[in-house]
Amino acid sequence: MIQLLLRKNLLNLYNNANCGHIACSLSCIDILYVLFENKLDTERIILSKGHAAGALYVILNYFGEISDDELSTFYQNGTKLSAHPSANSFKNIPFALGSLGHGFPIACGMALAKKNDQSSEFVYVVMSDGETNEGTTWEAAHFAVANELSNLIVCIDRNRLQGFGKLTDILGDTADKNKWESIGFEVFEIDGHDIISLSECLANCKSLTTNRPKLIIANTVKGKGVDFMENKMEWHYLPMTGDQYKNAIMSIEKNYHA
Amino acid sequence: MRNRFSKKIHEIFEKQNNLMFLTGDLGYNALENIQETFPNRFLNAGVAEQNMVGVAAGLAYEGKSVFIYSIAPFVVFRCLEQIKLDICIHNHPVFIVGNGGGYGYGIMGATHHAIEDIACLSPLPNIICWVPSFIEDVDYCIEQIIERKGPAYLRLGLGISYPNKIEIGRINQIVKATEELKITIISQGPIVKSILSAMEGLSGIDLFTILTVPLTSINENLLTSIKASRKVLIIEEHVERGGLAEHLIIQLVKMNLGAIQYETLSAKGYPSKTYGNQEFHLQESGLDSNNIKQVVTKLLNQ
Repeated sequence: MIQLLLRKNLLNLYNNANCGHIACSLSCIDILYVLFENKLDTERIILSKGHAAGALYVILNYFGEISDDELSTFYQNGTKLSAHPSANSFKNIPFALGSLGHGFPIACGMALAKKNDQSSEFVYVVMSDGETNEGTTWEAAHFAVANELSNLIVCIDRNRLQGFGKLTDILGDTADKNKWESIGFEVFEIDGHDIISLSECLANCKSLTTNRPKLIIANTVKGKGVDFMENKMEWHYLPMTGDQYKNAIMSIEKNYHA
Repeated sequence: MRNRFSKKIHEIFEKQNNLMFLTGDLGYNALENIQETFPNRFLNAGVAEQNMVGVAAGLAYEGKSVFIYSIAPFVVFRCLEQIKLDICIHNHPVFIVGNGGGYGYGIMGATHHAIEDIACLSPLPNIICWVPSFIEDVDYCIEQIIERKGPAYLRLGLGISYPNKIEIGRINQIVKATEELKITIISQGPIVKSILSAMEGLSGIDLFTILTVPLTSINENLLTSIKASRKVLIIEEHVERGGLAEHLIIQLVKMNLGAIQYETLSAKGYPSKTYGNQEFHLQESGLDSNNIKQVVTKLLNQ
């Protein structure tokens, strides 16, 4: 099963590197898989929540762009795979991202270029819900609507936990459906761990003929699949001990019926 | 310079289809011509400068060369992280145009001044800052910027025309000493008009302008002048840290030229905590022609 395989690879990657950002990678790995599985070769996917680089690297490894040897250099000196993506090494990592609020404006530029060139391709951007706190998110949102970037598909990984607290406790729910609808996005809200729903939603987005940009609010669980990490903010940061790694593997095997 | 800029952009846009122009909701009475002639390649990105830089980076990734325009402080300081991360480290052809560099916006106040812009941008990877001194420099800068296809910053101000016809390059000799050479003055930007005015009636001075920071090499002509005068005065409408003076002096010191006296005149911020037009601020910083004349006269008599 793909979700189990990708999660095993992800946990293995983070275990070998002995580093954090596990839970926020587990929350968006299904979204990334569906986007990469469906994209055309020349279409762009921007992982704006660069702290989930591990998920991106595992996906690119699965699709053959990053070799096993290359992947094993993650977090080591001399690697091309830094904790947040660095650009200019892999075709599907077009920009260095990790400072939040950068990917959405960049994706708007790409979508505008494709629209001007009368290309039928789409541009995809994956943001965290915490990232919707950023001012540039709202600048870009209005820009996308005003310029009718109907070829732009924004996906929010809505795990409801941000860097140091719950989304709703900090600036309020900046990933709220009504807010985005009122700006002028076509908004879909779905289960961000259901691969079939994600795929269908993506197909729906592409089939719409309106001039509006699309937003998929993917409701997710931080740490999805590893019981002791789920909805725990600390697993944004913590590395696993040896025992925790074993338990994490047992947990995903149980949850994904190995 | 802004009108010259607009005219030149219009001319080049007619020839090159991959160029785009974004403005942060500014350009009244200057950019209308570009907007009307090239509606598909001109875009008002709104009062949202950080987004504008990101959008420009995305466009550049897809093969466009992109001008982004605003008042200098808004398009530099507010979006410095976007300029560094989205444009410079990737070496994208995004050309930042800041109007009214230095104290150019005068009485508009500190919010509208950019006297630390070169210091902020010039250390970033791949970028070249272009500071035209005379109106005709604007054409040269735009041509060079487009041809280089890398990150650039163009700082516009209110310039005059060249006093004499010269072939423009990155380093230009404006005045050549007619008598025994005593001082080499090096400057950048429209402040050069105050220097020319200060030099009236004085002799023994070479005057050079330098259009870029960083400066990749110092040409033979300038080097010969410095070696002969052994007295260098650098004048700029920018703070001393990180501007032309600091960049140039470091390079010259590394060249082991022996004992050379360096003097600088630079922007001092707001020493009296009061505000006025551009000339007022230049005077407060000792960048007015009267003070320049006094400093130069003193150096000549040393």
